[in-house]
Formats: sequence, C-alpha cells, structure tokens
Amino acid sequence: MIDFLNAHGSELVTKTWEQLYISAIALLLGIVVAVPLGIILTRFPKTAKVVISIASMLQTVPSLALLALMIPIFGIGKLPAVVALFIYSLLPILRNTYIGMEDVDPVLKDSAKGMGMTNLQSITQVEVPMAMPVIMAGIRLSAVYVIAWATLASYIGAGGLGDLIFSGLNLFQPDLIIGGTIPVTLLALLVDYLLGKLEKRLTPINQRS
Amino acid sequence: MTEDNPILVYKDVAKIYKGGNVAVEHINLTIHKGDFVCLIGTSGSGKTTTMRMINRMLEPTSGEILFNGEDIHTSDPVTLRRHIGYVIQNIGLMPHMTIYENITLVPKLLKWPDDKRREKAEELIKLVELPKEFLDRYPSELSGGQQQRVGVIRALAANQDLILMDEPFGALDPITRESLQELVKNLQEKLGKTVVFVTHDMDEALKLATKIVVMDGGHIIQDASPEEILRHPANQFVEELIGAERLIQARADVTTVDQIMLKNPVSITPGRSLGEAIRLMRKRRVDTLLVTDDEGYLKGFIDVESLDNNYSRATSVSDILNTKIFYVASDTLLRDTVDRILKRGLKYVPVVDKAGKLLGIVTRAALVDMVYDTIWGDNGDGGDDDNDDTSQPATDDVTGVAAGHNLATDTPTDHKEA
Repeated sequence: MIDFLNAHGSELVTKTWEQLYISAIALLLGIVVAVPLGIILTRFPKTAKVVISIASMLQTVPSLALLALMIPIFGIGKLPAVVALFIYSLLPILRNTYIGMEDVDPVLKDSAKGMGMTNLQSITQVEVPMAMPVIMAGIRLSAVYVIAWATLASYIGAGGLGDLIFSGLNLFQPDLIIGGTIPVTLLALLVDYLLGKLEKRLTPINQRS
Repeated sequence: MTEDNPILVYKDVAKIYKGGNVAVEHINLTIHKGDFVCLIGTSGSGKTTTMRMINRMLEPTSGEILFNGEDIHTSDPVTLRRHIGYVIQNIGLMPHMTIYENITLVPKLLKWPDDKRREKAEELIKLVELPKEFLDRYPSELSGGQQQRVGVIRALAANQDLILMDEPFGALDPITRESLQELVKNLQEKLGKTVVFVTHDMDEALKLATKIVVMDGGHIIQDASPEEILRHPANQFVEELIGAERLIQARADVTTVDQIMLKNPVSITPGRSLGEAIRLMRKRRVDTLLVTDDEGYLKGFIDVESLDNNYSRATSVSDILNTKIFYVASDTLLRDTVDRILKRGLKYVPVVDKAGKLLGIVTRAALVDMVYDTIWGDNGDGGDDDNDDTSQPATDDVTGVAAGHNLATDTPTDHKEA
C-alpha cells in the first residue's frame, strides 16, 4: 500500500483530478441542457414523448461504442470523452426533470395561475421548488454514471483513472487495477454524498423528508 | 350597491369544446357590486366553467364578459387574475411557502413593499381569528379548516373586489364548514366584496347567497334571490334541487330571527349585585340572565350555577360575568339559528342588532312553536288553530310541495312565556 502510494502517489492525484474534471464538465453540461429542456417539455407534452424516446435510445448505445463513435467527429482526447459522457448524463436528468415537473400537484399549478403568476413565475416559484427532490435524484444518478464511465474515456486518450486501470490490465499488475478502481468508487460516493447535501439545501424546508 | 354599475356582466357567453361538446351556452348574467352569487347545479352543469371564464382560466368560445365595464378579453390575463381573488376546493396553498408567504403571494407579484405586505398579512390573519404566530408556519402544520381560512384571506390580500370561490368548503367536515361559511359571509358583508361562489350544496347556497344561479346542462335555469327561488322554483329541476323537504321548511328558510324572537329578554347590567340578580331570576322564573351595559350592548351572561358557586366570593354581576356568549344578528335566517341551537345544544340564543345591542332572545320553546306550525300547518288542520295576524310573507306562495297544499298561514311572533 505504502509502496504503491510512493510509486504512483502523484500520478494518482493527477488522474483522479482528470477523472473529476471530465465528469464534472460533462455533468454540468448535462444539467444546463437537460433541466431547462425537461421544464420546457412539460409545456409541450407531445414533443416531450419524442424527445425522451430519443434520449432513451442514446442511452442504449454501448458506452465504449459511443466513445469510439466520437473519434471521427472530435478526434481523441478530452473533448470527445466529455461529449459522450454529456450525452449519457442527459437522460436521467431529462426524464426526472420532466416527471418531477409533471407530478407537481395540478391544484398548485391552477392556484398559481389563478392568482396571476406568469408562466415563468409559476415555474421558478412553485413547480421547480416542488419538483426539486426528483430533479436532484436524476442529477445524482447521472453523476454516479458519468464518474464510473469516465474510466472508459481513457481508451480514447482522455486520461483519468482509467489510465491506471488499463495499464494494470496490460501489464498484469493487479495493484494498479485496484489502485485505479478504488478512487473511482470513492469519487462516485463522495460526489453522490455532496449532491445529496446540495439536494437538501435546495429542497424547500418543509418538503424535506 | 350601485345598480347601474354592475361589476360583472355575461353577454350571451358560450364555451364549446372541439367536437361540439357544449360546456355552457347562452349565459347572460349581471352581477352587482356587493352581491354574493352562488352558482349551483349538478356535476357537469357548467357552473365551474362559468366561473373560470371570469379570470380567463378558460376562454369563452363566443360572447363577452365585462368586468367593471371592460371586456376581459382586452385585458392581460395575468393582470386580470391579480385583481380577482381565487379560492379553490383543494385550498391550493403552496406547501413550500410559509403562511405569510402564501398570504402575501399576490401582493408580492404586484411588488408591494415589504412593510406593507407584513402589515396586510397581520391585519388579515387577525380577521380570520388565527394567531399571528401562524404566519411563520407551513400549511402542513395547520388543520384543514385553518388552511382554508388562510386560503380565503389570500384571496383578499391584494384588496381584490371580486372573489371567485370554487366549492371552497367541499372537503371540510360539517362543523368546520359551517364556521367558514359564517366567516366568509361576515367578511363579505363587512368588506363589501363581491363573491362568485360555486357549490352543489343547496343549504350552502341558501345560507350565503344574495343571488342564486341555478344551472343545468350548460344553461342558466333560474337566476334569483334565495327567497324567490324557494317561493317560485322555475321548474321541476329547481324544485328537485331544492328538495321537497326544504320547500316544506321554506318558511323557516325565509323567516328571520327577529320575527320570532322574544322581545323582552331578561337582562341585567354588570354593576348590579348578585342579590339583585338572584331576585330577578326568581321573579322572572329564569336560570340565566343576559348581561348588557347601560346602553343595552350585550356583554355576556350569568347563570344560576355560577352565581351559586361564587356567591360568597363575588359581589357584583361583573365578577361572575361569562363573556363567552353565542349570539345571532337580528336579520339572520331562522333556519340557520335552528341549526345552531340544535347542533350546539344551546338552550337559547340572544339576538343583537348590527351594533351589538341586545334586541331579544330565541329560545327552544319558540322553536317548538315554529316546528309545530310547520308540521301541522302543512296539513291544513290541527296546527293553525289561532294566532295573531302577522301573516308570514313566504307562506302564501309556497305551492307544489308534497301535499300540494299551502303551508301554514300564520306565524307566532309573540311568545310571552318562554
């Protein structure tokens, strides 16, 4: 253990940082795109079905294949990895945002409208706060997926902890595999925990369970 | 009430859905300031549709609706809704906002300054007899009745003149419902608001409305005062909606309390001694004395029990005065008073005028006379033996009831012994 850390300590830190960096950008992009899209889709239920089907389809493309498909478009390196992971993060966030918004009690929407809230006010002051736990659940799910799959991004030269794992596989060095896997798991758990904290803060006080 | 400036006018309004489904048709209705209008009908009669077109939650297919003389179609729906109060059946309080935030939701949308909003919220919460501390609570911490009280004042918070209520008390238990009905009626009278109230409960409509609009199959069947509806139901449907039972009771429905109350209740002023009080009780053969001040304003009551318990300690009437007294206004309908006396197990109810001056008392004995007349009067014999000459206004017109016969023609107004 100590030996491993002595030999690979600085590499481990760099790779973990890369992993986090790729995942965070992909997830942020996913949130920025999927949350507003999910909200807008609740205003167009017919389009919503089509869009969610497309996102579901993208989700079924094997992750390695998707990464490989990015190469002709974006070449190799961090960019194709971020794009691929971004596509993956879309569906859980999109679907949860849409469902969360749809599930807001129609009485509240009627009440908000009847009292003279504009569409935007109803969304920001009533529907999003009420849907926040469901939206956040989608984001947390995406975060864990993205961090785990970012490992594969090493294949297309994006770096990250996948580098350690794949080196271990190629060189038959189990300590490298384990040394790469454990940080991935810890990272996923840590991010999930932090997002859970964030979820609590964003959820209206009396809606917290 | 300015008869010339109706607050709301429907001009041949129709709402027809795609595929020719007619929700409402040929709606012509004029609502004046200060009216309490109840839209009543069975499910699917179009009463809610009719109401929801007022604040443009639904758009009429044809016809026009004038609000304060202006076609609502020309105004911005959002602005319009902020000036019309809206109370719905499921209350619709925002669960993630405090009571304060809920009450001041519309004022906030209208960008009132903070201190003005705070002031308004405190004024309103007092109006519905809830403690000020409730402002910082969340709706889930309140009972259903309390929540709907907040729902009602939320609709008043931006000084709206017109309030729409869609079966607001449908989900409440009968006792809570009754107290909220009273509250709304009192607020409406006190603040001079105009209310459009959707209900399927005829009792509720009769109790609250100054104008009842009976709807069926998307049409207005009858549009008249409660008294008029009871006396002259437009057709079989209205009769059924009212119910044969209520038509029989119609005289109680249109008799007001001051017509049957005893006009000389036994009362005493707080300054008198207990000795005087007990002598008065003995002289008049009563066990309770109403307490009024020198000007005749009702202050409370004392009864023989508390007098007996406190005789050695207390000296004057004011020492044992019980101020928790239930009373009714002189123009309350007798029907409501009967309900109260029976439901609450009261022996009597004092009657006061608008200023709180004691006018009389309604006792159980007086009710017996009324019930007697209702039952026997209907058969045309046995009941209407004799009585004074005050013919009850409604009775001559109530026809078409079960026996197909007029109700009693006399009402006792003078009960000397209670």
